[in-house]
Amino acid sequence: MTDSSLAALSDTLYSVSVAVYSVALLAFCAQLAFGRRRERARELVGAGAGAAPGGGVLVDDRAPAPVPDGTATATRWGGIAIGVTAIGALTHAAVLLTRGLAAGRLPWGNMYEFATAVVLVAVVVYTVLALRTPNLRHIGVFVLGPAILALVAIGLGLYTEAGPVVAALKSAWLGVHVTAAILGFGIFMVSGIASVLYLVRSRPGADSATGLVSRLPAAGALDRLAHRTAVFGFPVWTFAVIAGAIWAEASWGRFWAWDPKETWSFVAWVVYAAYLHARSTAGWRGRPAAWVNVVGLAVMIFNLTFVNLVSTGLHSYAGVE
Amino acid sequence: MRTAIILLFLLALAAVPGSLLPQRALSQNNVRQYFTDHPDLAPVLDRLYLFDVFSSPWFAAVYLLLFVSLIGCVVPRVGEHVRALRTPPPPAPGNLLRLPDSGRLATPLAPAAALDVVEEELRVRRFRVVRRDGAASTPPGPAARGPELSAEKGHLKETGNLLFHLSLLALLLGLAGGKMWGYEGSILVTEGQGFCNTFQQYDTYSAGPLVDSGDLNSLCVDLDQFRAEYEENLTASSFTADIRYGEPSGEDQETTIGVNDPLRIDGDRVYVTGHGFSPVFTVTLPDGTEFPEIFAPFLPTDQRTLASEGALKLPDLGQGQEEQLALEGFFAPTGLLQGGVLTSVDPRPLAPQVAIIAYQGYLGLDSGLPQSVYSLDATQIERGRLSEVGAANLSVGESLDLPDGTQVTFTGYKEFAALQYSHDPGQLWVLGAAIALLTGLLGLLLLRRERVFVRAGSDGDGGGTVLSLASLTRGGGESGPRFTALSDDLRDALATAAARTATDPEVPSRD
Repeated sequence: MTDSSLAALSDTLYSVSVAVYSVALLAFCAQLAFGRRRERARELVGAGAGAAPGGGVLVDDRAPAPVPDGTATATRWGGIAIGVTAIGALTHAAVLLTRGLAAGRLPWGNMYEFATAVVLVAVVVYTVLALRTPNLRHIGVFVLGPAILALVAIGLGLYTEAGPVVAALKSAWLGVHVTAAILGFGIFMVSGIASVLYLVRSRPGADSATGLVSRLPAAGALDRLAHRTAVFGFPVWTFAVIAGAIWAEASWGRFWAWDPKETWSFVAWVVYAAYLHARSTAGWRGRPAAWVNVVGLAVMIFNLTFVNLVSTGLHSYAGVE
Repeated sequence: MRTAIILLFLLALAAVPGSLLPQRALSQNNVRQYFTDHPDLAPVLDRLYLFDVFSSPWFAAVYLLLFVSLIGCVVPRVGEHVRALRTPPPPAPGNLLRLPDSGRLATPLAPAAALDVVEEELRVRRFRVVRRDGAASTPPGPAARGPELSAEKGHLKETGNLLFHLSLLALLLGLAGGKMWGYEGSILVTEGQGFCNTFQQYDTYSAGPLVDSGDLNSLCVDLDQFRAEYEENLTASSFTADIRYGEPSGEDQETTIGVNDPLRIDGDRVYVTGHGFSPVFTVTLPDGTEFPEIFAPFLPTDQRTLASEGALKLPDLGQGQEEQLALEGFFAPTGLLQGGVLTSVDPRPLAPQVAIIAYQGYLGLDSGLPQSVYSLDATQIERGRLSEVGAANLSVGESLDLPDGTQVTFTGYKEFAALQYSHDPGQLWVLGAAIALLTGLLGLLLLRRERVFVRAGSDGDGGGTVLSLASLTRGGGESGPRFTALSDDLRDALATAAARTATDPEVPSRD
């Protein structure tokens, strides 16, 4: 296949993956619609691991086998949704693969490709987690919804023809630094979404509420998801920043000079450091910490959009005209 | 830690204006432009150091406070940690079943034999295990407790934590050292020319307060050839400069440097940071005196097409020439005339053209006021001391004849490279600190510290034992499932051991 037809295939697959994700989104909606509110007792088991009140669970009499969530229909819809999401993620990965083949380089050389890859990482991270923890399938709508919106916005606003990259990007560090940044960002996206949902779920009275909020996983589970993903994302992001500094030393003549992108990456790093501290500090645990995580995601998004499109700095690789 | 969180927030907030307002460290020009655009606001912002955020006292105050809090928090923990490494795991708490991850296991084995099995299982899992005789440590009485076992592992987590925080400190020191003893100079070098590493030669330089200009590495660099290559769509695909370098007047080592590929020598680096064109002119005076090969670098104003602007100043045209001559203009590597206006359409020098305006008069170079080498002093033109005497668009070989008979011929171009010489003694230190930081972070976040306590008690019917079992975990996500898995394993091990004892009573139990 020629480069141009590969590039065209990539563009087609982009639309296909948005369509497949939309189908998965519908399936997640169906799961929520058919799912019944779970028993409160079960939620306590889910949430209580970290903070069970006095008296341990007698190991010999283990908790009875978990009751299936909601109705069997809902479970089936959840399974379908996850399956379709996985197919969507494969298509989504193929978008980048064909792009990379068309351009003969790593498919994250401009903002369109970078943002597309970030969304892919977020979806894959979520899918893997939801496969391991079926309870998390209830938040599929809130992961795929933003992912679809982001993909549409990226496709409309950031689209760039497949093409070669400028001399400065021709370095092995593109594979190291940018890949790490994409992974970190994608993981933080899942973490941020989990914290937003936690904030919704942990509002006073949410436990007794009916409707959508009550069908979310327990607050404790969401908070743990947010924390675990942030714990995973933070070293990745740290590595991305360090690798970026090493690359900058070779490319721009200094390893750190407070270029806007560097500054905002630093700000994001500091905010996530604050989140991890807050998560283990009395008085900050719970909702305040979750807010810090949400601020972290906002900083990441600002760093991608505003810094690329509005400020002028050395990181001018967006390619958006 | 609450202080740390607040200070982290302050640090993040303090960094924000540094990215939203132009910074002197990044671009003096942008700051000057800001002063022109906001004449009222800019001086106020300047007084608040908002154009030098990252070297401002208030930014320093925030991060120094953060580091003071860090030292106050971490240093005592180093001592504690060293002590903890040498002390055995603590005795089991009084009521194990009060811990969140706890439970009971019943086994027909005798208490000591059951604890043997548990100890073996925990040692396989790399726990440090200590057995204590519960009765001895408790005063005799009705509340006497059975023999117990404490185990722990994962001290590396705290080691990682301390390493991470101390690395931050090392990183800051490295940064500070680099700022104090580091310097950086940049210079435009046209093909065939060179420079030596002295502050006098650089177009611009910045040096830390502790740099002694006599201590600069004596290195000279000559630019032989500069090459720029482009893709079909005119994306720059590579910039390379063939250079020779060495001791002054001994530049005999040849190498090629380029983007992402600086010259590294004795801890110093030489970079190509940009490139452009120097149009070349021949000036012939009315008396026939010829000045061949006069050129000056024109700075690119558009990186995509390398349309460039600059000035050529000729203050000394020899005897009998009162008037000084200057050319100011525009260089297009591939020129296109549209309605008499020259633009550039390609960064490659396919059809170089210049649009120049010639001035004669007094340039004001010896007035004592510094002026840019890339433009004429506009005030001299305003005052009428420098007056326009001709203008033309020239292709290679074409000439502009001035009214006094002077002829200016555009003869071609040379390429220049923007070179940067950097010296940062803190750099390797910072890299080492960053690697240590990441290592510590991985240990801190991915390892867990686990303590397991087991106490044996009688099951009341004689013979058998009931083990109370609990674990305390720090870090590493959910502890519940792991505790369940551990207790399942222990149950299986106890069952196996019990079965062996039952079927093979000759085998003596281990105690």
